[in-house]
Amino acid sequence: MIPALERAVELAIGAMLVGLALWSVLVRPRFASIVGFVVFGLLLMLAWMRLGAPDVAMTEGAIGSGLAGFLLLSAAARLRCSEIRRARIGAGEPQRARDRSPRRSSIVALGVGCAAVAAALAAAVAALPHPAPSLAPAALERLPELGIGNPVSGVLIGFRALDTLVEKIVLVVALVGVWGLAAEASWRRAPSVDPSPEIEPIRFLARALPPVGIVLAIYLLWRGATEPGGAFPAGAILAAMAVLVLAAGLGRLPPTAARSLRLAICAGPLVFLGVGGLGMGVARGFLDYPAGFEVLSIKLIEVLLTGSVAVVLLLLVAGPPEEAASANGMRRPEPPL
Amino acid sequence: MSVVAALLDGWTVLLVCAGIGFFVAGTTGMLRFPDAATRLHALTKADNLGVGLVVLGLLPQVARPAEGFKLLVIWALVLLASAVSSQLVARVATDGPPIEEDRNGRTAPAASGTPLDRSGSVGAGAQP
Amino acid sequence: MTAFLLVAAVAVLLTVAGALVRVVRGPTTSDRMMGAQLIGTGGIAALLLAGTASRLNSTSDVALVLAILAPFAMVAFRRYAAATQAAASRERRLEIDAGAPGAAPPQGGA
Repeated sequence: MIPALERAVELAIGAMLVGLALWSVLVRPRFASIVGFVVFGLLLMLAWMRLGAPDVAMTEGAIGSGLAGFLLLSAAARLRCSEIRRARIGAGEPQRARDRSPRRSSIVALGVGCAAVAAALAAAVAALPHPAPSLAPAALERLPELGIGNPVSGVLIGFRALDTLVEKIVLVVALVGVWGLAAEASWRRAPSVDPSPEIEPIRFLARALPPVGIVLAIYLLWRGATEPGGAFPAGAILAAMAVLVLAAGLGRLPPTAARSLRLAICAGPLVFLGVGGLGMGVARGFLDYPAGFEVLSIKLIEVLLTGSVAVVLLLLVAGPPEEAASANGMRRPEPPL
Repeated sequence: MSVVAALLDGWTVLLVCAGIGFFVAGTTGMLRFPDAATRLHALTKADNLGVGLVVLGLLPQVARPAEGFKLLVIWALVLLASAVSSQLVARVATDGPPIEEDRNGRTAPAASGTPLDRSGSVGAGAQP
Repeated sequence: MTAFLLVAAVAVLLTVAGALVRVVRGPTTSDRMMGAQLIGTGGIAALLLAGTASRLNSTSDVALVLAILAPFAMVAFRRYAAATQAAASRERRLEIDAGAPGAAPPQGGA
């Protein structure tokens, strides 16, 4: 009875996921497509839980449907605002805009290309030997040497530390790319999340939620050693809380030129590199943690990484610095009466 | 002991079933009610009472008190989210819905009754 | 009790599928957002039920993350609506200033 039930749940979630993915790609209005994506993230989270991967589920929830949903809706607002502007400027302008949109032939080519990639991936997955080759038993066997109970954290910060290190550096590079979009005049100025105009409920939320969010982030970071959690979900939650505070107009970002901001962005990767480099001197090589200090090194790296991940994600959502906040179509808050 | 256990299980079955009832009612309302305002009414019932009753029902089943506390925190967070979101949806309804594109992908006022329904698209008047 | 909790989780998931219909059919943006919200809370309830059934501690942590981020999409939606409304009323004002024929006086602007 129970296995049949579980199979039914798996089939139901899988069917909803595929259907929703197709719908959000094919549906015409941009807004509907974004909502589809957010809901897809929620369902994907359930799928990850069903697959026994709570760490991935947590990160998917925090990034996929939390921060990414916010980012996509902000981007959609901006696009819509510029379309509204174009619509006033004249009938000729939207015509040209439509000409700029991709040709039908290139859309078809793209679709065929994507389908080919998907088919190749499916074929590769189907061709895997059964059971698939796995290093999981070897990793689990040596986990106690790291002094960490959560295998996911052990692999991320221990056995595959190089991957994680490069991943964090990629995050910083992504931020550099976003900042590179800044106009000459606004370079070195402060990026901003424009405050919402109707701010009362949002303000209330921005005052009530962050204390809980900060406690939750610390809890996840702390539990990350033995249970699912860790630096990335914790950082993502902190970033989300900061976005909320900015959207409520209760805070302001420092200019990109601020040394403290740049230090916060780099602190995690730098300390990671430093501890890794130390391994070349006192242990057996790069990213080999000093014997007896494994847990301490890992905790130090994780705490600083959480901070850096939070700051980078927040700045990625805020986007490049802009000359005037009203330029992206959000209204400035009305002065109090 | 077994009587207590049976009573606790009964409590769980009762409250979880009630919670599911609110979820079913909320979804039914979501699908059958005629407009956004009435659907909002259905949504908040599922949010507040559906999750709440499920959480209360699960309390006797948790292994440790800390887990139970976490469940209560989740309910509190859902209540907060629900209260704020319903305010936000209602304000979108009163202040005017977002200006959406029409079927051809061009910008036009979304629905009639917005502050914008000046008979035609936003850019119509700019024609020489 | 395990079987009961699993059946309950499936029941909640079924209502989630119902809310999915509202997300897909709309018709207004608010309807889609409310559908998404219902799916989020339904997901939390299903997670808690299935997690308690299988005695997994971490599910309540995942549900916590989901619960704390639940209002985010709505905040973004409110900003979206306000931004497009503001842009439209600004353009309308500019149009009236330019002396478009038959322009009605602006209505407050929300």
